[in-house]
Amino acid sequence: MDPIVLDAAGAERPRLQATPEARAALAAVRAREGGQVMFVQSGGCCAGSTPMCFTDGEFLTGPGDVLLGDVDGAPFYIDSSLDQAWGRPTIVLDVRPGRPEGFSLGTVDGGHFVSLTDACLVEGAPTKGTVG
Amino acid sequence: MLYPAPGTEGSKVGVNPTYGNFIGGKFVDPVKGEFADNPTPVTGKPFTQHAQSSEEDVELALDAAYKAAPAWGEASLAQRAAVLNKIADAVEANLEEIAIAECYDNGKAVRETLNADIPLLVDHFRYFAGAARTEEGTISEIDNDMVAYHFREPLGVVGQIIPFNFPLLMAAWKLAPALAAGNAVVLKPASPTPWSIMKLMEVIGDVVPPGVINVVTGPGAQIGKALATNKRIAKIAFTGETVTGRLIMQYAAQNIIPSTTELGGKSPNIFFADIMDADDDYLDKAIEGLVLYAFNQGEVCTCPSRALIHESIYDEFMARCLDRIAKIKQGSPLDTDTMMGAQVSTNQMDKITGYCDIAASEGAECLIGGQKAALGGDLADGYYFNPTVYKGHNKMRIFQEEIFGPVLAVTTFKDDAEASPTTPCTAWGPASGRATAPAPTAWDARSRPDASGRTATTPTRPRPRSAATRSPASAARITA
Repeated sequence: MDPIVLDAAGAERPRLQATPEARAALAAVRAREGGQVMFVQSGGCCAGSTPMCFTDGEFLTGPGDVLLGDVDGAPFYIDSSLDQAWGRPTIVLDVRPGRPEGFSLGTVDGGHFVSLTDACLVEGAPTKGTVG
Repeated sequence: MLYPAPGTEGSKVGVNPTYGNFIGGKFVDPVKGEFADNPTPVTGKPFTQHAQSSEEDVELALDAAYKAAPAWGEASLAQRAAVLNKIADAVEANLEEIAIAECYDNGKAVRETLNADIPLLVDHFRYFAGAARTEEGTISEIDNDMVAYHFREPLGVVGQIIPFNFPLLMAAWKLAPALAAGNAVVLKPASPTPWSIMKLMEVIGDVVPPGVINVVTGPGAQIGKALATNKRIAKIAFTGETVTGRLIMQYAAQNIIPSTTELGGKSPNIFFADIMDADDDYLDKAIEGLVLYAFNQGEVCTCPSRALIHESIYDEFMARCLDRIAKIKQGSPLDTDTMMGAQVSTNQMDKITGYCDIAASEGAECLIGGQKAALGGDLADGYYFNPTVYKGHNKMRIFQEEIFGPVLAVTTFKDDAEASPTTPCTAWGPASGRATAPAPTAWDARSRPDASGRTATTPTRPRPRSAATRSPASAARITA
């Protein structure tokens, strides 16, 4: 588990956060699936860096995966070499319109989950969202 | 010339209001009767609907495949080769129509589908028709009285899941070898591109025994999973992203069946100083190699989306490249003058825009592009992005992550040794290219960088016999 890292100034920052929209979408997905879900961060190719959403336990994790924490009980994993390559950022779970990629579960209204990192939360950036 | 949009006046390509699944040689509506809109990236507007299948439809497809598999598997290699050649001939006879359909479903320029995607598809079927004929087994001696002979036999019924970036070519890469080997197939196309394959089935449906090829469309989480976990397939083949690839391998392990997976990555192109020794065709090729990051709108797993340029030539070489990039002609993908078409979906557009934001916040310098392309008119809501180049360093996220768009990250290096440690920094890397004056320097760099499958120029010309190898995390083989 890797829920907290220290930033350059030595202050603690969480590895994982979620916008209120993501948490609401997640609650609706849990209701539809009848149980908890899990997230596994994708690193590229056709899916860009979307967090793939599966029913909890569907995707087998192993020693190479890092658990960043959970969003209302939904665990969020990332491959450890991918995490290192990304510089171990804070990941913020959000939602966007459009069908999900691969075998990822989508939201109940035709959307999909996305990961934002600190970079996307700079003032004025179109992807900025309030962090819950 | 500007082709009329499929389904509109003057177009050679018809469009039905809905398309069912292709099962047992016919189009069959999904059991639960659900359809979903399919927008074209050209305008961003829906132009048809495809089956939003459920698990029942996968079972029907498997039923049809099981009915067809015995006769197809027992057919002689010559008989199967003849069918593959008929497929190639039928596509070739309808090349223009199929190229227009592929352009409209994926958004890529019709110039590419007419000259690359569809001709390569035709060639792929002919290649495997030939490969089938030359298939051989082995025989070895056990002792004086006993020999062991080994024939290859079809697996039976196999599942295939393909991506959106080259919808028909990816289908050909999967179908041709599987059919040559005598298997019947259930194939699931990618959700953003469920239509062009149905146009392909309309053209080849008559020449393939019913049930040998079956196509089911629907959401990955339901249909992809229903296929990949099904106990009735003897193998699963997948091309796509890495997390899904892992899940595929996991499902295959649970049923103890083989899987082949071709996954993603980010490839470096390295440009050494000696390429600028002369202003010749070779230099022109090197420039072209850099600019090829924009090929297929950057939606290629082997996209050379990272360029390492020797610092002594950077200014002049980059100026030449930017000049050429500025000349990339955008416009309607249906116009044969258009060089770079639309991205496949709004999801992709969001991701590309997101990466441009990341680039800015990481302090990368934007050399060209960096925003959506405003093409106006009918194309105003289409998915167009300007060819983009950022200058930065190898530790930036835009250097590490596969953006899958027309975005190039460039950096400089000082000596050859530096080109080595900088390049293996990514978690994945499907192919790499090294541009250097012919002979010595290219061969010296044999063991570097970490991304494997290197070529002397750029790796953007896949042919049936050329393997795309990968680093372990995107474990792939020759697709079959």
